[in-house]
Amino acid sequence: MMNSDAPAVLPSGKPRIERLEMLGITKCFPGVRANECVSFDVGAGEVHALLGENGAGKSTLMKVLYGLYRPDEGEIRINGRPVQINSPVDAIRLGIGMIHQHFMLVPSLTVAENVALGLPSSRGPLTDLDRVSERVVELGKIYGLHVDPQARVWQLSVGQQQRVEIIKALYRGAALLILDEPTAVLTPQEVDEFFVILKQMVRDGHAVIFISHKLHEVLAISDRVTVLRDGMVVGSQPRGEMTKADLARMMVGREVSLQPEKPVLTPGRARLEVHDLWALNDMGVAALQGVSLSVHSGEILGLAGVSGNGQRELAQVINGLRPATKGQVLLDGKDITTTSTAELIPLGSAYIPEERMRDGMIKDFTVAENLILRDHHRPPYARAGFFDFKAIAEVAAERIRAFRIKTPSQETLAKNLSGGNIQKIILARELSRDPRVIIAAQPTRGLDIGAMEYVHQRLLEERARALQAERKEGAAILLISEDLDEVLALSDRIAVMYEGRIMGILNRAEATPECLGLLMAGVAPGVAEEAVPAT
Amino acid sequence: MISELFTAQVLLGILTSGIRLATPYLYAGIGETFGQRSGVLNLGVEGQMLVGAFAAFYVARKTGNLWLGVLAALLVGALMGLAMAFISITLRAKQGISGIGFFLFGLGLSDLLFQTLLGSVQTVSGFRPLAIPLLSKIPVLGEVFFNQNLLVYGAYLLVPIAAFVMDKTTFGLKVRAVGENPEAADSLGVNVSLVRYITVTLGGMLSGLAGASLSIALLNVFQQNLTSGLGFIAVALVYFGGWRPWGVLAGALLFSMVNALQLWVQVLGLPIPSEFAVMMPYVLTIVALVVAVQRVRPPTALTKPFIREG
Repeated sequence: MMNSDAPAVLPSGKPRIERLEMLGITKCFPGVRANECVSFDVGAGEVHALLGENGAGKSTLMKVLYGLYRPDEGEIRINGRPVQINSPVDAIRLGIGMIHQHFMLVPSLTVAENVALGLPSSRGPLTDLDRVSERVVELGKIYGLHVDPQARVWQLSVGQQQRVEIIKALYRGAALLILDEPTAVLTPQEVDEFFVILKQMVRDGHAVIFISHKLHEVLAISDRVTVLRDGMVVGSQPRGEMTKADLARMMVGREVSLQPEKPVLTPGRARLEVHDLWALNDMGVAALQGVSLSVHSGEILGLAGVSGNGQRELAQVINGLRPATKGQVLLDGKDITTTSTAELIPLGSAYIPEERMRDGMIKDFTVAENLILRDHHRPPYARAGFFDFKAIAEVAAERIRAFRIKTPSQETLAKNLSGGNIQKIILARELSRDPRVIIAAQPTRGLDIGAMEYVHQRLLEERARALQAERKEGAAILLISEDLDEVLALSDRIAVMYEGRIMGILNRAEATPECLGLLMAGVAPGVAEEAVPAT
Repeated sequence: MISELFTAQVLLGILTSGIRLATPYLYAGIGETFGQRSGVLNLGVEGQMLVGAFAAFYVARKTGNLWLGVLAALLVGALMGLAMAFISITLRAKQGISGIGFFLFGLGLSDLLFQTLLGSVQTVSGFRPLAIPLLSKIPVLGEVFFNQNLLVYGAYLLVPIAAFVMDKTTFGLKVRAVGENPEAADSLGVNVSLVRYITVTLGGMLSGLAGASLSIALLNVFQQNLTSGLGFIAVALVYFGGWRPWGVLAGALLFSMVNALQLWVQVLGLPIPSEFAVMMPYVLTIVALVVAVQRVRPPTALTKPFIREG
């Protein structure tokens, strides 16, 4: 019989955290109340999802738990006993491990060195990497997290790097894992593998806090869900019968259309054509290796793929920001391969860049200035080299209204706006010009559901311009996205990119997350059918 | 003519002085390696060397004790290093600019002290060659390698020690991690600022020692701008050496040999303009940097102050 007094032990040999409670946590920053009397708890053998929009206070709450922030009010208890967590060192000592959204790994060091970093060594001032390596292999066996301790981290795939992160936490005796958007960078197959491991860990008695904005994943993995909005808990309940729509409504505070309405259109002629395109990346390595695709009027072509497979370079070549080494880009039949960015603008191309803060706007310029950036040297904004401030103000006011940009004034510096409103500035600038071709790279990355819904609507409106009487044809839209849900929701056809090549182009009707995932992992369609038994 | 350079005697002379002249490069370069591996670029090495050189010279001359001179150089080097650390780590000043400020400060301070305390160029009886028993008796090479003074031996001993500390100790692991991804190190409870304070202060001490090696072991004199660019070359050597102690050693030897060569060219009165000969090490610096920088990647967080994002 089990002795209930004996502390239960995890497979890693470390004690469990039976219950962790955060009670009445309040944390204020100058001008912002990031957390207001938030209570949250999680127990051994449980996944508790923490859900909320950007700025809802999830990160703040978790940083309080991990000792990066000190709460103004409130208490943290572990197994009923109040604890003080003043630094990550305290958190680690208490058995709390955090897997950050951006991996906290040193790429130039080996796996073992990353694991050993910051820990006392059994050999005093000398490192004991042999012992660390043994333990890494041992933990790998226990938890199914296989990784070579001698490998350097930069050599590992993203999925493997995540395993290193988890091993790092387990090595330090983590009984509770905080997972911040852990699936954001994984392919669907990697997500499945990750969930298998996660479920096993939970069965073995670990406690898990799961932060995500992917609603279907939250529903797939969690036992309980807590939703934060504006720093407060708006709901906390067992997953039970909750649906995606329920969760979205709680997060945003109103009804949200998760599946945007998409009228059926007959695509027109090809507006953007790419033929056998080759280009180098910043390191001088071939990032594009013979890419061919075409996007038609009134069509959204989704380009799926794990980032770093050439999508960024493709968008740059099309927009004249990177030279092609071979191949052709045609816009409405006209060769634009060597056309400069400045010459492209009057031809009707619009670019929504992936790095919106870096490439999409100038942070220290005002909202109005950012809104006219592309055409600032042309009438009506400028005449004979002088700005017409009245015209600029009028256009800015109109665009701020039309695109529902929330800003205190036109003269506010763009950097002071939220991510969603910054993206609206870029959309307003690019779409107000009635573009014929739109390259939208990761247009909703990091945006919250409300802003995401808006961006999707606008892109679909551009696609459907054919329906509006006064305009002849809809835009051709190349949607580059890592978010498969987004690609599936918006696209008419879906191309998958892997290591600089197009692995396949599918019609929306025949595309499933599974087959896209295989293509994203570089498995060719023919092989895929053999590799995966029909189920 | 040119063939005069290639007699056995002259080549041995070049080798012997090359080994000696690498000393200040090694101390300063290894110190700077630690700073840069942890993410701090200290361009003030030259200034720290000058102040260290003066302190060593002055104390050694006043007390007659060379070791007190060494101690003084370490002490003022540490103070200058601490000040650099405070400005670049705590106050997060732009490291390139504050480093140039430190150079100018060291240049001015050492000259001011020299003018007021000494007034004219004087000499001191510095460290004498110390023949290592047996080894120094090896024909030819014994004289070159094992009949040098203590500060020279110390510089060469420092190379394996530094490489060992960097690669095999927990402190070295922290230094490397902090210079590549300070956020990751911070999330594991490594005190990023403390590690950087230690490396930059250590760098200051070694720069001070590099200065002392000039003023009380190699040249045995102090004058205005004694180092004349040595400290900047030491910073360049860190790049050249790929941020590794052994690489710094290779670079230091290359530069000191070229320096020795140019000295001998002048001594022998070869028909090469002396201006051109003196220029050689600096031209080599530029060439070496262009070549080296394309070969290795600097620490990712180099010159970036660490702020725990909020």
